[in-house]
Amino acid sequence: MSVIVEGLARRFGTTAALDGVSLAVREGEFVALLGPSGSGKTTLLRVLAGLEPQEEGRVEIAGQEMAGVPARERGIGVVFQNYALFRHMNVFDNIAFGLSVLPRARRPRRAEMAERVRELLRLTQIPELERRWPDQLSGGERQRVALARALAIHPKLLLLDEPFGALDALVRREVRRWLRGLHDRLGITTLLVTHDQEEAMELADRVAVMERGRIAQFDTPAALLAGPTTPFVAGFVGEAARLEGRVAGGVLRFVQPGLPPLAVALPDGPASAFLHPRDVVAHPAPEGPLIRLARATAEGTARLVVELADGATLDAVAEPQGEWPQRQAACRLEITGAQVFAANGARGAAAPLRLAEVR
Amino acid sequence: MSASLALPHRARRLRAIPGFGLAFGIALFWLSAIVLVPLLALLLRPFELGLVGLWASLTEPRVLAALRLSFGAALLAAALALPLGLLLAWAVVRLRFPGRALLDAAIDLPFALPTAVAGVALTALLSPNGWVGAPLAALFGWRIAFTPAGIVVALLFVALPFIARTVEPVLRDLGREAEEAAATLGATRFQTLRRVVLPALAPALLTGFGLGFARAVGEYGSVIFIAGNMPMISEIAPLLITIRLEQFDYAGAAAIGLAMLLLAFAVLLALNLAQRALRRGWA
Repeated sequence: MSVIVEGLARRFGTTAALDGVSLAVREGEFVALLGPSGSGKTTLLRVLAGLEPQEEGRVEIAGQEMAGVPARERGIGVVFQNYALFRHMNVFDNIAFGLSVLPRARRPRRAEMAERVRELLRLTQIPELERRWPDQLSGGERQRVALARALAIHPKLLLLDEPFGALDALVRREVRRWLRGLHDRLGITTLLVTHDQEEAMELADRVAVMERGRIAQFDTPAALLAGPTTPFVAGFVGEAARLEGRVAGGVLRFVQPGLPPLAVALPDGPASAFLHPRDVVAHPAPEGPLIRLARATAEGTARLVVELADGATLDAVAEPQGEWPQRQAACRLEITGAQVFAANGARGAAAPLRLAEVR
Repeated sequence: MSASLALPHRARRLRAIPGFGLAFGIALFWLSAIVLVPLLALLLRPFELGLVGLWASLTEPRVLAALRLSFGAALLAAALALPLGLLLAWAVVRLRFPGRALLDAAIDLPFALPTAVAGVALTALLSPNGWVGAPLAALFGWRIAFTPAGIVVALLFVALPFIARTVEPVLRDLGREAEEAAATLGATRFQTLRRVVLPALAPALLTGFGLGFARAVGEYGSVIFIAGNMPMISEIAPLLITIRLEQFDYAGAAAIGLAMLLLAFAVLLALNLAQRALRRGWA
């Protein structure tokens, strides 16, 4: 079902957890809310679930206005951060809970309920855990039980709050792929809260990057990487390094010495540039910045950490066909591109400067 | 696991408390010195009367009435304190209101107050011309002080903090998430309480009930002021023990003590078994 959020605000004391959030999620879409802790993403999720009151703004789910609708009548499946399984119930009873609390007229009979629970156990690939207790399960198993429990009520919308937080890295990757596959099969509109950009980028159709109670940018992962609209998004998404500089006459010069100037169509004044490691190429040179670390990547190129003259470090790559770089060797840095933001928020893509352009 | 197979003798597991031998020895010593030896004396003393004499001493109608009253009132008070204690713990853990710290401290007052003080205060309050007793007598014709009802009120007062304080940490630990999960799954407040909160609190409630009951059944100080102490009606077993002691009937006093001991032990054992059954159901 579609979700429409308009101008949502929620304050805790004097701090605004949500400060005018607007968001439109299409039916069947998988959306990630990505942001650092305290950016309001969990609060947004809780308002959608009906666990937190909305102070200003409007929430519409499947065309229905949600103000005043209590959590239990929303029909939204929620997987909590620590799964919140009922510890005194076994896995079967946990999953059956949502069905067993239905009003008598709509409650399925015992046999139907058991059939539905077994179906969910098969779907989440844990049929052998039916009679186990939550305390006996691993993190990954608990997560599947929590998901099965949320799916039991045929939710219109699925909300996942940092669902991979308690899993170790290997399990996390595997469960992530499986979850995306499950979403594609069931087609339930899903909102995922995470602070892990790799997770958001891999899972979601679109990612809403949140900053201090607002949505900074809402776009596909590819578009976020290619065209961040604010310095915050440029710095938070991807692995870009932030360097300060000054634009004069269409030329950006960095504060740090040893970096070539770039051409950029921005007004004169101070500016921040975001450089991806792949945009910074190191060539062997008799003198210049020093290569501090060099590490091989699966793509066959070397990833470098380069120390600039003022002691700052910058991620870079080695020239594609060159020799394997030596540690402590000097190099010349070539910058092939960067996202640049002027002080007034104007944005421009920088390109290498052709010699003729240098005035 | 594989390491212990490779070693010639059993690898020692590291524990915070010293080994089984020492820990068990010390525990047993204190248990004997403080609990078992005095109890043994209590067990042996009544048999000075002989078995027949013991039986006769215990089946006196006055003794039976006192035991019935003591255990009945204690069980009733603990049962009444159960929902009240849960509510108190709930207020302290979940609600934020001015004066919460004061309420939190006030819960412990019955622990600290000499019970005689509580008895005098309750009597003054509930007696037919007291602040609460007078309107109750005028409106409903209820008499609380100097009747078994007064005993239950006094026992409720001493049992309440036990239940509130045993439930409190478990409630704190339970957190809101389980309740929120139940709400998103469509449970009403009542269903959440009955199927999620209360089952999770059941072991703590049971422990609190046991402690509150144990405290109430042995309570003396507050009860004798409010009870009126009429034989066969409002005379509790601990008072009867004192009366027999004053008559230099040591064996007879010990006989009632023995009966109380066995009955209380039976109740607490039953509660413990119930709790173990609950826990086994969980894990």
